[in-house]
Amino acid sequence: MSNQNIKILLIDDELEFISTLSERLELRGYTSKIAQDGETGITMIENETFDVAIIDLMMPGLNGLDTLRHIKNTNNALPVILLTGHGSTKDGMEGMRIGAFDFLMKPLDINELLKKIKLAVDQTPKG
Amino acid sequence: MFKKLVDTVFFLNKTGQDHYGTLRRNIILIMLLITIVPLATMVIVNYFQYRSHLRNQIITPLYAMAEKTRHSFELFLDQRVAIVRFISTTYDFKHLSDEQNIKRILVSIKKEWSGFVDIGLINTQGQLISYAGPYSLLGKNYSEQISFQETQIKGQYISNVFLGFRKYPHIVIAVQHLTEDGQVWMLRVTIDTDFFDNLIASMGLPRETDAFLISKDGVLQTNSIYYGNTLEQFPIQVPIVNFRSNSFIGTDNQNRDILLVSSPFSIAGYTLVIVQPQSVALKSWYALKTEMIVIFFISFAIIIFAIWKMTQILIDRIKSSDQKRENILTELQHAQKLSSIGRLSAGVAHEINNPLAIINEKTGLMSDLIELSTDFKHKEKFIELTAAILNSVERCRKITHRLLGFSKRINIKIEPININLIINEVLDFLGKDILYKRIDIKLLLSESIILIQSDQGLIQQILVNLLSNAFAAVNDLGEVEIETQNMKDGGIRLKISDNGHGIPDNVIKNIFDPFFTTKKEKGTGLGLSITYGIVKKLGGQISVSSEVGKGTVFTIELPDKPNELEVMNEQSEYKDSAD
Repeated sequence: MSNQNIKILLIDDELEFISTLSERLELRGYTSKIAQDGETGITMIENETFDVAIIDLMMPGLNGLDTLRHIKNTNNALPVILLTGHGSTKDGMEGMRIGAFDFLMKPLDINELLKKIKLAVDQTPKG
Repeated sequence: MFKKLVDTVFFLNKTGQDHYGTLRRNIILIMLLITIVPLATMVIVNYFQYRSHLRNQIITPLYAMAEKTRHSFELFLDQRVAIVRFISTTYDFKHLSDEQNIKRILVSIKKEWSGFVDIGLINTQGQLISYAGPYSLLGKNYSEQISFQETQIKGQYISNVFLGFRKYPHIVIAVQHLTEDGQVWMLRVTIDTDFFDNLIASMGLPRETDAFLISKDGVLQTNSIYYGNTLEQFPIQVPIVNFRSNSFIGTDNQNRDILLVSSPFSIAGYTLVIVQPQSVALKSWYALKTEMIVIFFISFAIIIFAIWKMTQILIDRIKSSDQKRENILTELQHAQKLSSIGRLSAGVAHEINNPLAIINEKTGLMSDLIELSTDFKHKEKFIELTAAILNSVERCRKITHRLLGFSKRINIKIEPININLIINEVLDFLGKDILYKRIDIKLLLSESIILIQSDQGLIQQILVNLLSNAFAAVNDLGEVEIETQNMKDGGIRLKISDNGHGIPDNVIKNIFDPFFTTKKEKGTGLGLSITYGIVKKLGGQISVSSEVGKGTVFTIELPDKPNELEVMNEQSEYKDSAD
């Protein structure tokens, strides 16, 4: 699967962060969309098909874990990579337990993120 | 005002150097005052009460004895006077003038009553008209004598004792008779005083007690044991109050303490005197007095001992509880410092991470775009610049993650661990350091070390922190000693000593404080603070002792299992901080 066919959804309230990250991913050939809160993200997932979702844990309103729960309840196949600005691995572990694919700490190492995206896409059976 | 007084007395407001000494002194003084003063008052009051009471009890029987004896004397004298008066009324002057008659009378009264020596008839002019007795006094004139004058005035007279012709003590009794035709004459008898001695002997006097008669002038009328014979002067002034017995406590001419009871006669000028030495009279009082004094001093000694001991215990307790309170306060402050720093750093790190992520992405995008674009002026320079920014962001990231790590609550996994095994593992891990600095590691590991319930990871962290410090403190070829041993009351003790440069006193005070460092830019000042936190978390104790130039010893004591409460607290705190 080439990068062009991979659709990524970025959910974070920090617009500057996701818009820049989105641009960098598109530079590398990915298709990416952004949502600034959990609710918008969930709506987008319901209406479109994504290959990977990258969700920040700390958000106003529906937080990362709640959003993840919602996604897992409706569309189990979508792999989710969680982001945390918090040093605690506890929320990350909790996310893994709910069904996240992996979690990364902010600030991100872009190469590590790309590696995780590739793994996530490769390991997810296409449906 | 009362409170102020109490505060002043106990120096409650002062915190001087010898604060405890002052407190001890004041407690002892006040306790002595409030115990000894009432005791002493009671003893003194009792002393005087008992003394007066006992004296009364001792004097009363002497009084009674004196009164009784005086009464016997008076009865005797009264009887003699009555006999003479009876003769004077029974016979007339003419009859008595006849020597034969008067001699007959003397014989008959001598037969019936003891003591009579002679009898004489004296007319108004004081001339002895007739006489019966052993002396030849006929024709003697008595008009100049006191006995004659006294009899004329009072109607009867009893003389003081005088030594008669044969040096026997005698008294004279004279009775006046007034006839119907106005004639006045008197009868005069002499009586020896044997009966005085008999009466005194029959009193049944106690040991060392003296009894005798004295005249109004203080002349002895009978023999005394201690104060001379008849007609000598009695050396003590006896207070004479008419017809009433008196007592007197004092010292006599021989410097003996005496008790004196006097009882004056009503019919003659005699006074009966009983003298008893105080040593006899007040024997029971002296015994009681001695007992009282002994008891007082014994109680005094007991009170002083009790007060001294109690105060000592009290002050020691206060001292140790003050010490404990201070220690707890220090620990509490330290723990609070750690916890607030933990919260603060977590918050700061989290807030900084988000903008840091933006900088990271923006710079990343910048560097992406530069690399994709064709060559332009300063392209190489821009690549260098973005790389430098990304490098700095990476450094910031490490710092924030470290800060978060400081506050991070890791799940404690309690399992049985062998400290000796962990030490060997950690030494393997730090092996490079040891080789590089050629440090001599001495292991004094107890072979019988017990397994304790603890967290392996945390103990590893403690060891890494302390050993890193020790390695940093010693020079090349330095020596680091690691010792483990079992503690008596369960748990283990771990000692890490080095022979490095040591820690000055002013540093050692703050050694476990977060962000306190002597390594300037090289250290974060978190290592020992984190170590302290971990040891506390595991329910242990950490202490340090150091001497500049000689080295440092860190001692850690770990319980055989961590306090349940500590672990519980950790978990609840963990939940609170989750977001």
